[in-house]
Amino acid sequence: MMQFTDWDILRNLLLAARWTVLLSLIAFAGGAIVGLLLTFMRISRRSALVVMTRIYTEIFQGTPLLMQLFLAFFGLGLVGIDVSPWTAAALALTLFSSAFLSDIWRGCVESLPKGQWEASRCLGLNYLQTMRYIILPQALRVAIPPTVGFSVQIVKGTALASIIGFVELTKAGTMLNNATFQPFKVFAMVALIYFLLCYPLSRASQYLEHKLSRSSK
Amino acid sequence: MSLVSIHEVHKYYGDLHVLKGINLNIEAGEVVSIIGRSGSGKSTLLRCMNGLEKYDDGTIILDGKEVSTDEFQIRRLSESVGMVFQNFNLFPHLTVGQNIMLAPTLIRGMSKPAAKELALDMLGKVGLADKFGQYPEKLSGGQQQRVAIARSLAMQPKVLLCDEITSALDPELVGEVLKVLEQLASEGMTLILVTHEMNFARDVGDRVVFMHQGKVWETGPAKDVFAAPQTAELQQFIGAVL
Ligand SMILES: Nc1ncnc2c1ncn2[C@@H]1O[C@H](COP(=O)(O)OP(=O)(O)O)[C@@H](O)[C@H]1O
Ligand SMILES: [Mg+2]
Repeated sequence: MMQFTDWDILRNLLLAARWTVLLSLIAFAGGAIVGLLLTFMRISRRSALVVMTRIYTEIFQGTPLLMQLFLAFFGLGLVGIDVSPWTAAALALTLFSSAFLSDIWRGCVESLPKGQWEASRCLGLNYLQTMRYIILPQALRVAIPPTVGFSVQIVKGTALASIIGFVELTKAGTMLNNATFQPFKVFAMVALIYFLLCYPLSRASQYLEHKLSRSSK
Repeated sequence: MSLVSIHEVHKYYGDLHVLKGINLNIEAGEVVSIIGRSGSGKSTLLRCMNGLEKYDDGTIILDGKEVSTDEFQIRRLSESVGMVFQNFNLFPHLTVGQNIMLAPTLIRGMSKPAAKELALDMLGKVGLADKFGQYPEKLSGGQQQRVAIARSLAMQPKVLLCDEITSALDPELVGEVLKVLEQLASEGMTLILVTHEMNFARDVGDRVVFMHQGKVWETGPAKDVFAAPQTAELQQFIGAVL
Protein backbone atom coordinates (compact mmCIF):
# COMPACT_ATOMS: atom_id res chain seq x y z
CA MET A 1 0.00 0.00 0.00
CA MET A 2 1.13 3.52 -0.89
CA GLN A 3 2.38 5.75 1.93
CA PHE A 4 1.29 9.39 2.13
CA THR A 5 3.57 11.87 3.80
CA ASP A 6 2.04 15.02 5.30
CA TRP A 7 3.43 16.89 2.36
CA ASP A 8 1.69 14.53 -0.05
CA ILE A 9 -1.60 15.16 1.68
CA LEU A 10 -1.16 18.90 1.66
CA ARG A 11 0.01 18.94 -1.95
CA ASN A 12 -3.01 16.97 -3.12
CA LEU A 13 -5.34 19.18 -1.15
CA LEU A 14 -3.80 22.30 -2.60
CA LEU A 15 -4.14 20.90 -6.11
CA ALA A 16 -7.80 20.18 -5.45
CA ALA A 17 -8.25 23.63 -3.93
CA ARG A 18 -7.60 25.05 -7.39
CA TRP A 19 -10.96 23.61 -8.41
CA THR A 20 -12.62 25.13 -5.40
CA VAL A 21 -11.22 28.49 -6.40
CA LEU A 22 -12.18 28.07 -10.03
CA LEU A 23 -15.68 26.90 -9.21
CA SER A 24 -16.09 29.85 -6.82
CA LEU A 25 -14.94 32.29 -9.46
CA ILE A 26 -17.30 30.87 -12.05
CA ALA A 27 -20.20 30.85 -9.62
CA PHE A 28 -19.45 34.42 -8.61
CA ALA A 29 -19.06 35.71 -12.16
CA GLY A 30 -22.08 33.80 -13.43
CA GLY A 31 -24.08 34.74 -10.37
CA ALA A 32 -23.16 38.38 -10.83
CA ILE A 33 -24.25 38.42 -14.47
CA VAL A 34 -27.55 36.65 -13.87
CA GLY A 35 -27.99 38.54 -10.62
CA LEU A 36 -27.53 41.90 -12.34
CA LEU A 37 -30.20 40.97 -14.85
CA LEU A 38 -32.53 39.93 -12.04
CA THR A 39 -31.80 43.14 -10.14
CA PHE A 40 -32.83 45.26 -13.11
CA MET A 41 -35.97 43.20 -13.55
CA ARG A 42 -36.74 43.50 -9.87
CA ILE A 43 -36.44 47.30 -9.76
CA SER A 44 -38.08 47.83 -13.16
CA ARG A 45 -41.53 48.68 -11.73
CA ARG A 46 -43.09 46.25 -14.22
CA SER A 47 -45.17 43.99 -12.05
CA ALA A 48 -44.83 40.85 -14.21
CA LEU A 49 -41.03 41.07 -14.10
CA VAL A 50 -41.03 41.86 -10.39
CA VAL A 51 -43.23 38.87 -9.56
CA MET A 52 -41.14 36.53 -11.70
CA THR A 53 -37.88 37.55 -10.08
CA ARG A 54 -39.43 37.37 -6.64
CA ILE A 55 -40.53 33.80 -7.19
CA TYR A 56 -37.08 32.97 -8.53
CA THR A 57 -35.30 34.42 -5.50
CA GLU A 58 -37.68 32.80 -3.05
CA ILE A 59 -37.16 29.39 -4.63
CA PHE A 60 -33.40 29.59 -4.53
CA GLN A 61 -33.26 31.18 -1.10
CA GLY A 62 -35.89 28.86 0.33
CA THR A 63 -34.37 25.51 -0.65
CA PRO A 64 -31.06 23.96 0.42
CA LEU A 65 -28.19 24.42 -1.98
CA LEU A 66 -27.67 20.67 -1.77
CA MET A 67 -31.10 20.02 -3.30
CA GLN A 68 -30.34 22.51 -6.05
CA LEU A 69 -27.14 20.60 -6.80
CA PHE A 70 -29.00 17.28 -6.85
CA LEU A 71 -31.65 18.67 -9.17
CA ALA A 72 -29.07 20.15 -11.51
CA PHE A 73 -27.11 16.89 -11.58
CA PHE A 74 -29.74 14.12 -11.45
CA GLY A 75 -32.72 16.14 -12.61
CA LEU A 76 -31.18 17.23 -15.87
CA GLY A 77 -29.96 13.65 -16.34
CA LEU A 78 -33.52 12.39 -15.99
CA VAL A 79 -34.81 14.63 -18.77
CA GLY A 80 -32.08 13.34 -21.02
CA ILE A 81 -29.54 16.14 -20.67
CA ASP A 82 -26.28 14.59 -19.64
CA VAL A 83 -24.34 16.89 -17.37
CA SER A 84 -20.96 16.40 -15.79
CA PRO A 85 -20.59 17.09 -12.05
CA TRP A 86 -18.57 20.13 -13.07
CA THR A 87 -21.36 21.59 -15.22
CA ALA A 88 -24.03 20.77 -12.67
CA ALA A 89 -22.06 22.36 -9.84
CA ALA A 90 -21.28 25.49 -11.86
CA LEU A 91 -24.91 25.80 -12.93
CA ALA A 92 -26.41 25.28 -9.49
CA LEU A 93 -23.97 27.59 -7.76
CA THR A 94 -24.48 30.27 -10.40
CA LEU A 95 -28.25 30.23 -9.96
CA PHE A 96 -27.92 30.11 -6.18
CA SER A 97 -25.52 33.08 -6.15
CA SER A 98 -27.63 35.08 -8.57
CA ALA A 99 -30.66 34.83 -6.29
CA PHE A 100 -28.75 36.08 -3.26
CA LEU A 101 -26.74 38.74 -5.10
CA SER A 102 -29.81 40.20 -6.77
CA ASP A 103 -31.53 40.39 -3.41
CA ILE A 104 -28.53 42.15 -1.87
CA TRP A 105 -28.34 44.60 -4.77
CA ARG A 106 -32.07 45.30 -4.81
CA GLY A 107 -31.76 46.14 -1.12
CA CYS A 108 -28.94 48.57 -1.91
CA VAL A 109 -30.98 50.34 -4.58
CA GLU A 110 -33.98 50.57 -2.28
CA SER A 111 -31.91 51.81 0.64
CA LEU A 112 -31.31 55.11 -1.13
CA PRO A 113 -33.59 57.91 0.10
CA LYS A 114 -36.76 58.56 -1.91
CA GLY A 115 -35.66 62.18 -2.11
CA GLN A 116 -32.96 61.22 -4.61
CA TRP A 117 -35.66 59.98 -7.00
CA GLU A 118 -37.84 63.00 -6.39
CA ALA A 119 -35.06 65.53 -6.88
CA SER A 120 -34.07 63.79 -10.13
CA ARG A 121 -37.63 63.83 -11.34
CA CYS A 122 -38.02 67.52 -10.56
CA LEU A 123 -34.92 68.24 -12.60
CA GLY A 124 -36.46 66.46 -15.58
CA LEU A 125 -34.49 63.20 -15.48
CA ASN A 126 -36.42 60.15 -16.69
CA TYR A 127 -36.22 56.68 -15.12
CA LEU A 128 -33.17 55.51 -17.04
CA GLN A 129 -31.28 58.76 -16.53
CA THR A 130 -32.04 58.68 -12.82
CA MET A 131 -30.79 55.10 -12.63
CA ARG A 132 -27.68 55.77 -14.64
CA TYR A 133 -26.53 59.03 -13.05
CA ILE A 134 -28.03 59.06 -9.56
CA ILE A 135 -29.12 55.68 -8.22
CA LEU A 136 -26.63 53.13 -9.56
CA PRO A 137 -23.45 55.06 -8.73
CA GLN A 138 -24.62 55.40 -5.13
CA ALA A 139 -25.99 51.85 -4.89
CA LEU A 140 -22.69 50.47 -6.18
CA ARG A 141 -20.81 51.95 -3.24
CA VAL A 142 -23.22 50.50 -0.72
CA ALA A 143 -23.23 47.15 -2.50
CA ILE A 144 -19.52 46.40 -2.44
CA PRO A 145 -19.10 45.25 1.19
CA PRO A 146 -22.08 42.83 1.30
CA THR A 147 -21.17 41.50 -2.14
CA VAL A 148 -17.63 40.69 -1.06
CA GLY A 149 -19.11 39.25 2.12
CA PHE A 150 -21.39 36.95 0.15
CA SER A 151 -18.45 35.61 -1.86
CA VAL A 152 -17.45 33.79 1.34
CA GLN A 153 -20.76 31.93 1.20
CA ILE A 154 -20.00 30.90 -2.37
CA VAL A 155 -16.59 29.49 -1.46
CA LYS A 156 -18.13 27.48 1.38
CA GLY A 157 -21.01 26.46 -0.87
CA THR A 158 -18.64 24.80 -3.32
CA ALA A 159 -17.91 22.16 -0.66
CA LEU A 160 -21.34 20.67 -1.34
CA ALA A 161 -20.34 19.97 -4.93
CA SER A 162 -18.25 17.10 -3.50
CA ILE A 163 -21.47 15.16 -2.97
CA ILE A 164 -22.23 14.90 -6.66
CA GLY A 165 -18.69 13.70 -7.23
CA PHE A 166 -16.92 16.86 -8.22
CA VAL A 167 -13.35 16.64 -6.96
CA GLU A 168 -12.63 19.90 -5.20
CA LEU A 169 -11.13 20.52 -1.80
CA THR A 170 -13.69 18.69 0.33
CA LYS A 171 -13.94 15.70 -1.99
CA ALA A 172 -10.17 15.45 -2.13
CA GLY A 173 -10.13 15.52 1.66
CA THR A 174 -12.60 12.65 1.83
CA MET A 175 -10.56 10.61 -0.65
CA LEU A 176 -7.31 11.26 1.19
CA ASN A 177 -8.93 10.31 4.45
CA ASN A 178 -10.04 7.02 2.95
CA ALA A 179 -6.48 6.36 1.86
CA THR A 180 -4.68 7.49 5.02
CA PHE A 181 -7.19 6.92 7.85
CA GLN A 182 -6.04 10.15 9.45
CA PRO A 183 -9.28 12.12 9.52
CA PHE A 184 -8.18 14.70 12.04
CA LYS A 185 -5.05 15.63 10.20
CA VAL A 186 -6.65 15.63 6.77
CA PHE A 187 -9.75 17.59 7.65
CA ALA A 188 -7.80 20.05 9.77
CA MET A 189 -5.76 20.82 6.67
CA VAL A 190 -8.94 21.09 4.59
CA ALA A 191 -10.45 23.48 7.10
CA LEU A 192 -7.25 25.53 7.20
CA ILE A 193 -7.26 25.94 3.42
CA TYR A 194 -10.90 27.05 3.46
CA PHE A 195 -10.06 29.49 6.18
CA LEU A 196 -7.16 30.90 4.20
CA LEU A 197 -9.49 31.39 1.23
CA CYS A 198 -12.35 32.93 3.18
CA TYR A 199 -10.65 35.00 5.85
CA PRO A 200 -9.16 37.60 3.50
CA LEU A 201 -12.57 37.99 1.86
CA SER A 202 -14.43 38.59 5.09
CA ARG A 203 -11.72 40.94 6.30
CA ALA A 204 -11.91 42.84 3.02
CA SER A 205 -15.66 43.09 3.39
CA GLN A 206 -15.36 44.49 6.92
CA TYR A 207 -12.67 46.91 5.85
CA LEU A 208 -14.68 48.17 2.88
CA GLU A 209 -17.78 48.58 4.96
CA HIS A 210 -15.89 50.59 7.53
CA LYS A 211 -14.13 52.67 4.92
CA LEU A 212 -17.16 53.40 2.73
CA SER A 213 -19.44 54.23 5.62
CA ARG A 214 -16.89 56.59 7.10
CA SER A 215 -16.15 58.45 3.88
CA SER A 216 -19.84 58.99 3.20
CA LYS A 217 -20.23 60.89 6.45
CA MET B 1 -53.98 83.41 -18.16
CA SER B 2 -52.37 82.79 -14.79
CA LEU B 3 -49.01 81.08 -14.59
CA VAL B 4 -50.56 78.49 -12.28
CA SER B 5 -54.28 77.68 -12.38
CA ILE B 6 -55.59 75.16 -9.92
CA HIS B 7 -59.24 74.27 -10.37
CA GLU B 8 -61.32 72.08 -8.06
CA VAL B 9 -58.46 69.73 -7.25
CA HIS B 10 -59.20 66.71 -5.08
CA LYS B 11 -56.70 64.22 -3.77
CA TYR B 12 -57.16 61.06 -1.76
CA TYR B 13 -54.68 58.79 -0.02
CA GLY B 14 -56.83 55.67 0.15
CA ASP B 15 -59.84 56.76 2.18
CA LEU B 16 -58.16 59.91 3.41
CA HIS B 17 -59.51 62.98 1.58
CA VAL B 18 -56.43 65.21 1.67
CA LEU B 19 -57.27 67.98 -0.80
CA LYS B 20 -60.93 68.92 -0.91
CA GLY B 21 -61.51 71.06 -3.96
CA ILE B 22 -58.59 73.46 -4.16
CA ASN B 23 -58.99 76.57 -6.32
CA LEU B 24 -56.02 78.89 -6.68
CA ASN B 25 -54.58 81.12 -9.38
CA ILE B 26 -51.04 82.40 -9.18
CA GLU B 27 -49.70 85.11 -11.49
CA ALA B 28 -46.17 85.36 -12.85
CA GLY B 29 -43.92 87.22 -10.42
CA GLU B 30 -46.08 86.58 -7.39
CA VAL B 31 -44.60 85.39 -4.10
CA VAL B 32 -47.18 83.17 -2.45
CA SER B 33 -46.78 81.74 1.04
CA ILE B 34 -48.81 78.69 1.93
CA ILE B 35 -49.30 78.42 5.67
CA GLY B 36 -51.33 76.13 7.89
CA ARG B 37 -51.13 73.38 10.46
CA SER B 38 -49.18 70.22 9.91
CA GLY B 39 -51.34 67.74 7.99
CA SER B 40 -53.51 70.37 6.31
CA GLY B 41 -52.31 69.30 2.85
CA LYS B 42 -49.72 71.95 2.03
CA SER B 43 -47.01 69.57 0.86
CA THR B 44 -49.50 67.47 -1.05
CA LEU B 45 -50.75 70.52 -2.94
CA LEU B 46 -47.20 71.56 -3.80
CA ARG B 47 -46.32 68.05 -4.95
CA CYS B 48 -49.40 67.90 -7.15
CA MET B 49 -48.28 71.09 -8.88
CA ASN B 50 -45.18 69.48 -10.34
CA GLY B 51 -46.36 65.95 -10.95
CA LEU B 52 -44.66 64.29 -7.97
CA GLU B 53 -48.10 63.27 -6.75
CA LYS B 54 -51.16 62.61 -8.84
CA TYR B 55 -54.48 64.25 -8.09
CA ASP B 56 -57.78 62.46 -8.46
CA ASP B 57 -60.04 65.22 -9.74
CA GLY B 58 -59.85 68.76 -11.10
CA THR B 59 -57.10 70.36 -13.17
CA ILE B 60 -53.78 72.03 -12.60
CA ILE B 61 -52.47 74.08 -15.51
CA LEU B 62 -48.95 75.36 -15.13
CA ASP B 63 -47.35 77.55 -17.77
CA GLY B 64 -50.04 76.44 -20.22
CA LYS B 65 -49.48 72.71 -19.65
CA GLU B 66 -51.72 70.37 -17.79
CA VAL B 67 -49.76 68.80 -14.95
CA SER B 68 -49.74 65.01 -14.74
CA THR B 69 -47.47 62.33 -13.35
CA ASP B 70 -46.88 60.80 -16.78
CA GLU B 71 -43.28 59.86 -17.42
CA PHE B 72 -43.23 61.77 -20.72
CA GLN B 73 -44.35 64.95 -18.94
CA ILE B 74 -41.33 65.02 -16.63
CA ARG B 75 -39.10 66.76 -19.08
CA ARG B 76 -41.66 69.35 -20.13
CA LEU B 77 -42.55 70.15 -16.54
CA SER B 78 -38.92 70.59 -15.58
CA GLU B 79 -38.77 73.46 -18.04
CA SER B 80 -41.49 75.30 -16.13
CA VAL B 81 -41.24 74.37 -12.50
CA GLY B 82 -38.41 73.72 -10.06
CA MET B 83 -38.62 72.39 -6.54
CA VAL B 84 -36.53 72.75 -3.40
CA PHE B 85 -37.02 70.27 -0.56
CA GLN B 86 -36.83 70.46 3.19
CA ASN B 87 -33.84 68.12 3.34
CA PHE B 88 -32.01 69.47 0.27
CA ASN B 89 -31.81 66.16 -1.63
CA LEU B 90 -28.48 67.02 -3.18
CA PHE B 91 -26.75 64.15 -4.95
CA PRO B 92 -24.03 63.18 -2.45
CA HIS B 93 -21.80 61.38 -4.97
CA LEU B 94 -21.52 64.48 -7.16
CA THR B 95 -19.71 67.73 -6.48
CA VAL B 96 -21.65 70.94 -6.10
CA GLY B 97 -20.77 71.85 -9.68
CA GLN B 98 -21.83 68.45 -11.02
CA ASN B 99 -25.08 68.64 -9.07
CA ILE B 100 -25.96 71.83 -10.90
CA MET B 101 -24.60 70.91 -14.34
CA LEU B 102 -26.28 67.51 -14.58
CA ALA B 103 -29.78 68.54 -15.66
CA PRO B 104 -28.78 71.37 -18.01
CA THR B 105 -26.42 69.04 -19.90
CA LEU B 106 -28.76 66.02 -19.89
CA ILE B 107 -32.10 67.70 -20.38
CA ARG B 108 -31.29 70.93 -22.16
CA GLY B 109 -28.44 69.47 -24.17
CA MET B 110 -26.10 72.19 -23.02
CA SER B 111 -22.37 71.78 -23.66
CA LYS B 112 -20.10 71.12 -20.65
CA PRO B 113 -18.39 74.54 -20.79
CA ALA B 114 -21.70 76.37 -21.13
CA ALA B 115 -23.18 74.37 -18.27
CA LYS B 116 -20.15 75.12 -16.13
CA GLU B 117 -20.50 78.81 -16.79
CA LEU B 118 -24.19 78.59 -15.94
CA ALA B 119 -23.44 76.67 -12.74
CA LEU B 120 -20.89 79.24 -11.61
CA ASP B 121 -23.39 81.94 -12.42
CA MET B 122 -26.10 80.30 -10.32
CA LEU B 123 -23.66 79.63 -7.49
CA GLY B 124 -22.71 83.30 -7.60
CA LYS B 125 -26.38 84.18 -7.17
CA VAL B 126 -26.54 82.20 -3.92
CA GLY B 127 -23.11 83.38 -2.83
CA LEU B 128 -21.27 80.06 -3.13
CA ALA B 129 -19.17 80.37 -6.27
CA ASP B 130 -16.12 79.14 -4.35
CA LYS B 131 -17.81 75.80 -3.53
CA PHE B 132 -17.99 74.56 -7.13
CA GLY B 133 -15.63 71.60 -6.64
CA GLN B 134 -16.75 70.63 -3.12
CA TYR B 135 -18.85 67.64 -2.20
CA PRO B 136 -22.17 68.49 -0.49
CA GLU B 137 -21.19 66.71 2.74
CA LYS B 138 -18.49 69.34 3.28
CA LEU B 139 -21.06 72.15 3.37
CA SER B 140 -23.27 73.42 6.17
CA GLY B 141 -27.02 72.84 5.93
CA GLY B 142 -27.62 76.43 4.88
CA GLN B 143 -25.00 76.16 2.16
CA GLN B 144 -26.45 72.84 0.95
CA GLN B 145 -29.87 74.38 0.69
CA ARG B 146 -28.49 77.32 -1.28
CA VAL B 147 -26.81 74.84 -3.66
CA ALA B 148 -30.16 73.07 -4.04
CA ILE B 149 -31.74 76.40 -4.96
CA ALA B 150 -28.96 77.07 -7.47
CA ARG B 151 -29.48 73.60 -8.94
CA SER B 152 -33.17 74.31 -9.48
CA LEU B 153 -32.51 77.75 -10.92
CA ALA B 154 -30.09 76.32 -13.47
CA MET B 155 -33.06 74.80 -15.29
CA GLN B 156 -34.49 78.31 -15.54
CA PRO B 157 -37.94 77.44 -14.24
CA LYS B 158 -40.80 79.94 -14.38
CA VAL B 159 -41.88 79.05 -10.87
CA LEU B 160 -39.97 77.71 -7.90
CA LEU B 161 -41.75 75.54 -5.33
CA CYS B 162 -40.23 75.46 -1.85
CA ASP B 163 -41.48 73.03 0.78
CA GLU B 164 -40.40 74.21 4.23
CA ILE B 165 -36.89 74.68 2.97
CA THR B 166 -35.61 76.23 6.21
CA SER B 167 -37.25 73.77 8.61
CA ALA B 168 -34.33 71.35 8.75
CA LEU B 169 -31.78 74.10 9.36
CA ASP B 170 -30.16 75.25 12.57
CA PRO B 171 -31.72 78.60 13.51
CA GLU B 172 -28.57 80.56 12.75
CA LEU B 173 -28.54 79.23 9.16
CA VAL B 174 -32.13 80.14 8.30
CA GLY B 175 -31.33 83.76 7.51
CA GLU B 176 -28.88 83.08 4.67
CA VAL B 177 -31.46 80.94 2.85
CA LEU B 178 -34.28 83.44 3.34
CA LYS B 179 -31.99 86.16 1.99
CA VAL B 180 -31.56 84.21 -1.24
CA LEU B 181 -35.34 83.84 -1.53
CA GLU B 182 -35.82 87.53 -0.91
CA GLN B 183 -33.37 88.35 -3.65
CA LEU B 184 -35.12 85.98 -6.06
CA ALA B 185 -38.43 87.63 -5.20
CA SER B 186 -37.01 91.05 -5.94
CA GLU B 187 -35.78 89.80 -9.33
CA GLY B 188 -39.35 88.87 -10.22
CA MET B 189 -39.14 85.10 -9.72
CA THR B 190 -42.47 83.40 -9.07
CA LEU B 191 -42.21 81.67 -5.72
CA ILE B 192 -44.65 79.35 -4.01
CA LEU B 193 -43.47 78.61 -0.51
CA VAL B 194 -44.81 76.36 2.18
CA THR B 195 -43.32 78.05 5.20
CA HIS B 196 -43.42 78.54 8.94
CA GLU B 197 -41.45 81.78 8.66
CA MET B 198 -44.33 84.13 9.30
CA ASN B 199 -42.20 87.25 9.27
CA PHE B 200 -40.90 86.31 5.87
CA ALA B 201 -44.42 85.56 4.61
CA ARG B 202 -45.61 88.95 5.81
CA ASP B 203 -42.67 91.07 4.75
CA VAL B 204 -41.55 89.46 1.49
CA GLY B 205 -44.63 87.56 0.33
CA ASP B 206 -47.29 89.17 -1.83
CA ARG B 207 -50.03 86.81 -0.87
CA VAL B 208 -50.79 84.30 1.83
CA VAL B 209 -52.79 81.12 1.39
CA PHE B 210 -54.01 79.60 4.64
CA MET B 211 -54.82 75.93 4.30
CA HIS B 212 -57.00 74.12 6.78
CA GLN B 213 -58.37 70.58 6.59
CA GLY B 214 -57.52 70.18 2.92
CA LYS B 215 -59.10 73.45 1.83
CA VAL B 216 -57.91 76.92 0.99
CA TRP B 217 -59.51 78.38 4.09
CA GLU B 218 -58.53 81.98 3.61
CA THR B 219 -56.33 83.88 1.19
CA GLY B 220 -55.41 87.49 0.60
CA PRO B 221 -52.59 90.03 0.41
CA ALA B 222 -49.92 89.18 2.96
CA LYS B 223 -50.21 92.39 4.97
CA ASP B 224 -54.01 92.16 5.27
CA VAL B 225 -54.07 88.51 6.20
CA PHE B 226 -51.73 89.06 9.11
CA ALA B 227 -53.24 92.37 10.16
CA ALA B 228 -56.85 91.30 9.97
CA PRO B 229 -57.45 87.57 9.62
CA GLN B 230 -61.11 86.92 8.77
CA THR B 231 -61.69 83.37 9.96
CA ALA B 232 -61.47 82.10 13.49
CA GLU B 233 -59.15 79.28 12.39
CA LEU B 234 -56.62 81.67 10.90
CA GLN B 235 -56.81 83.97 13.93
CA GLN B 236 -56.09 80.98 16.10
CA PHE B 237 -53.26 79.80 13.88
CA ILE B 238 -51.59 83.20 13.76
CA GLY B 239 -52.05 83.59 17.49
CA ALA B 240 -50.30 80.27 18.04
CA VAL B 241 -47.30 80.85 15.80
CA LEU B 242 -46.53 84.53 16.26
N1 LIG C 1 -47.83 59.26 0.97
C1 LIG C 1 -48.88 59.40 1.81
N2 LIG C 1 -49.69 58.35 2.09
C2 LIG C 1 -50.75 58.49 2.92
N3 LIG C 1 -51.08 59.61 3.54
C3 LIG C 1 -50.31 60.70 3.32
C4 LIG C 1 -49.18 60.64 2.46
N4 LIG C 1 -48.61 61.87 2.42
C5 LIG C 1 -49.35 62.64 3.22
N5 LIG C 1 -50.37 61.96 3.77
C6 LIG C 1 -51.41 62.49 4.66
O1 LIG C 1 -52.06 63.55 3.99
C7 LIG C 1 -52.34 64.62 4.89
C8 LIG C 1 -51.69 65.90 4.38
O2 LIG C 1 -50.30 65.75 4.40
P1 LIG C 1 -49.30 66.90 3.93
O3 LIG C 1 -49.70 67.39 2.60
O4 LIG C 1 -47.94 66.37 4.07
O5 LIG C 1 -49.58 68.03 5.01
P2 LIG C 1 -48.68 69.29 5.40
O6 LIG C 1 -47.60 69.43 4.41
O7 LIG C 1 -49.64 70.43 5.41
O8 LIG C 1 -48.18 69.02 6.78
C9 LIG C 1 -51.81 64.18 6.24
O9 LIG C 1 -52.89 63.66 6.97
C10 LIG C 1 -50.82 63.09 5.91
O10 LIG C 1 -50.77 62.16 6.97
MG1 LIG D 1 -45.49 69.30 4.70
